[in-house]
Amino acid sequence: MRIVIRNGHVIDPANNTSEIRDIYITKGHIVSTGNAPDGFKANREIDATGKTVCPGLIDLCARFREPGLEHKATIVSESAAAASAGITTVVCPPDTDPIIDTPAVAKLIQERAGQAGQTRILPLGALTRNLEGEQLSEMAALRDAGCIGMGNIHAIKDTKIMRHAMEYASSHGLTVFIRPMDYWLYDNGCVHEGTVSTRLGLPGIPEAAETTAVARDLALVEQIGVRIHFSQLSSARAVQMIARAKHDGLPVSADVSAHQLFLTEMDLLDFDPVHHVQPPLRNQSDRDGLRKGVAKGTIRAICSDHQPHEPDAKLAPFCATEPGISALETLLPLTLRLVEEKVFTLSEAIACLTIEPARILGVDSGTLSPGATADVCILDSEKIWQLQKHNMLSRGTNTPFNHWEFKGKVTHTLLAGRVVFELEP
Amino acid sequence: MSNLQVDENGRLRHFLSIEGLNRQILTDILDTAESFSGITDQHIKKVPLLRGRIIVNLFFESSTRTRTTFELAAKRLSADVLNININASATTKGETLLDTLRNLEAMHCDMFIVRHAESGSAHFIAQHAQPHIRVINAGDGRHSHPTQAMLDMLTIRRHKKDFSKLKVAIVGDILHSRVARSQIQALSILGTSEIRVVAPRTLLPAKVQSLGVHAYTDLKEGIRDADVIIMLRLQQERMQGALLPSSHEYFQLYGLTEEKLSCANKDVIIMHPGPINRGIEMDSQVADGPRSVVLQQVSNGIDVRMAVMSMAMGSINTAETTDPNAPNASKETR
Repeated sequence: MRIVIRNGHVIDPANNTSEIRDIYITKGHIVSTGNAPDGFKANREIDATGKTVCPGLIDLCARFREPGLEHKATIVSESAAAASAGITTVVCPPDTDPIIDTPAVAKLIQERAGQAGQTRILPLGALTRNLEGEQLSEMAALRDAGCIGMGNIHAIKDTKIMRHAMEYASSHGLTVFIRPMDYWLYDNGCVHEGTVSTRLGLPGIPEAAETTAVARDLALVEQIGVRIHFSQLSSARAVQMIARAKHDGLPVSADVSAHQLFLTEMDLLDFDPVHHVQPPLRNQSDRDGLRKGVAKGTIRAICSDHQPHEPDAKLAPFCATEPGISALETLLPLTLRLVEEKVFTLSEAIACLTIEPARILGVDSGTLSPGATADVCILDSEKIWQLQKHNMLSRGTNTPFNHWEFKGKVTHTLLAGRVVFELEP
Repeated sequence: MSNLQVDENGRLRHFLSIEGLNRQILTDILDTAESFSGITDQHIKKVPLLRGRIIVNLFFESSTRTRTTFELAAKRLSADVLNININASATTKGETLLDTLRNLEAMHCDMFIVRHAESGSAHFIAQHAQPHIRVINAGDGRHSHPTQAMLDMLTIRRHKKDFSKLKVAIVGDILHSRVARSQIQALSILGTSEIRVVAPRTLLPAKVQSLGVHAYTDLKEGIRDADVIIMLRLQQERMQGALLPSSHEYFQLYGLTEEKLSCANKDVIIMHPGPINRGIEMDSQVADGPRSVVLQQVSNGIDVRMAVMSMAMGSINTAETTDPNAPNASKETR
């Protein structure tokens, strides 16, 4: 299969490209951007005149709920949603059922993704067995089964075990993914501890639950030298701590989920569980600090932290509901909105969704360089549209962005040189 | 939130929290409660306002005082009352709560009086109940206990008349207290001149000043010149989470005694939502002393709950309270 994408505005931050070019694809790879290779005969031509062409998006955290939680979503349903949103690679955190702490589960997920054929899934192995924070998982075996790194989702209480997990991971060249949360300070909290928790009487999670964990783990990294990635930051102070650590040369990176760049604790005031997320929505200055972190490059990637739910999961009083947002389909739209709001340039926005997460993962996608895997996203960047829950492709429609108006819509998604999504005109 | 509680004509529909209601509605509740206080003195303590209505006391947490006074209030309004106590641990799942609700709806109930351990549960039930059903919050998590706050306001008004000159101190476990939150909101809507909270920092919620209160960690400073002191109940389990060292030290620092009371205004009234831990929140001399209005609070609870129930059912609109045929509307302190 040979495809040419003609006349699009190609944005490829890895190569500092931002200009009108043609892209030539053969056998799943990009062969040229600019001039046609000798003897190139396209089977298919995609006219991208007036559109933006960028690498397929890489989402550092999305739950497709398989195996084990198929009542919420399946790899088939969520792959389709991801493709429609321009996402070609997702990292799946280990809290499936069973947990990704054996090679069999890691392989099963990749196999199912291959069968669904619309998105690549890179599993994240459990750092400790059963995510219990007590015994190390078989990290080398998990790596060989395709796990891209090791993560623990839940807090690891015991600092000594965290230290050993980091040492062992670094012995095998693995990056450790951490959602920074202090077990004790998290306690039974479910919203940010601040004016809103005080007003509504909801149990709070203090900012220090995040910063204490970041401080502890940075101290360990300083001693051990393992590469770590902080996932889904929620506080401005944690961003500052990570900026300092990066300045000191520690091998540290971080991401933020897109909703944290828009919503705050004030959105909770009507007790609507659609805003129940973990880590919690914090205050305005945290939101601003996270935005600044993205703009300055302290936070290198924006992820969806996609968590589709069945309706019943959100049908209870606030804290009794399951946390999370169905977010694949708002990842790119929200990130583009940050461009509109002058947080950063379009090219920087695309970088946060492509080459930067690729570098964090150590994969060679996220770019349109000749020789790269042909994961491509084409979008009509002027198209204005409104998100409607009932039009979402994800099985979960738990979004707080229902009825939001967005500018920019994906028209084509290519995964390894195959068109896996095409917007009906 | 306010939309949920008030109908398009500004009348009370559900009573879920003090927040979102205006001064007029709170004053109407107090006035209506005053109008009912005459009924208690009658030989036959009943009015037919809610005759034929079914009211369900739906308690997912245990309660004696609140449930009993709601029941008494409903019976004085001639309603049929159903008491349902559900062990909260059996219904931690939301579906079960909704299922419970649907089942009761199918029995043609008119009003739910709800107590539940989750903050926001009364809002949740009001959102999902059929439109003809009224919901009254009898305490949800740490969020709100609006009828308790209103019976406290009635007690204060009977003794002090005008809120705008009052210094009110609330002492104790503010962090976990739905009562304190509702009291603070009601006091501030009614124009109280100064609201203080007094507790060690472990029992004060984050950014407590954002509620419009002054925070004190010293009891004597906190109650200096106070006109009203509200003592909150201290749950024994607070010692376990390292929030307090011991009930002994708590009483030494925050327990109300005659000696400490000398800092307050000499007309001060002492309130407590009950049940009192004698020797922890206050000593018996204060609890049973002349300044204590604790038992009046309990009786006032019946009047306030009658008022809220009848207003929410639409059996009384506020115009009726000035009707000459209505129950005695201008009765003063008893």
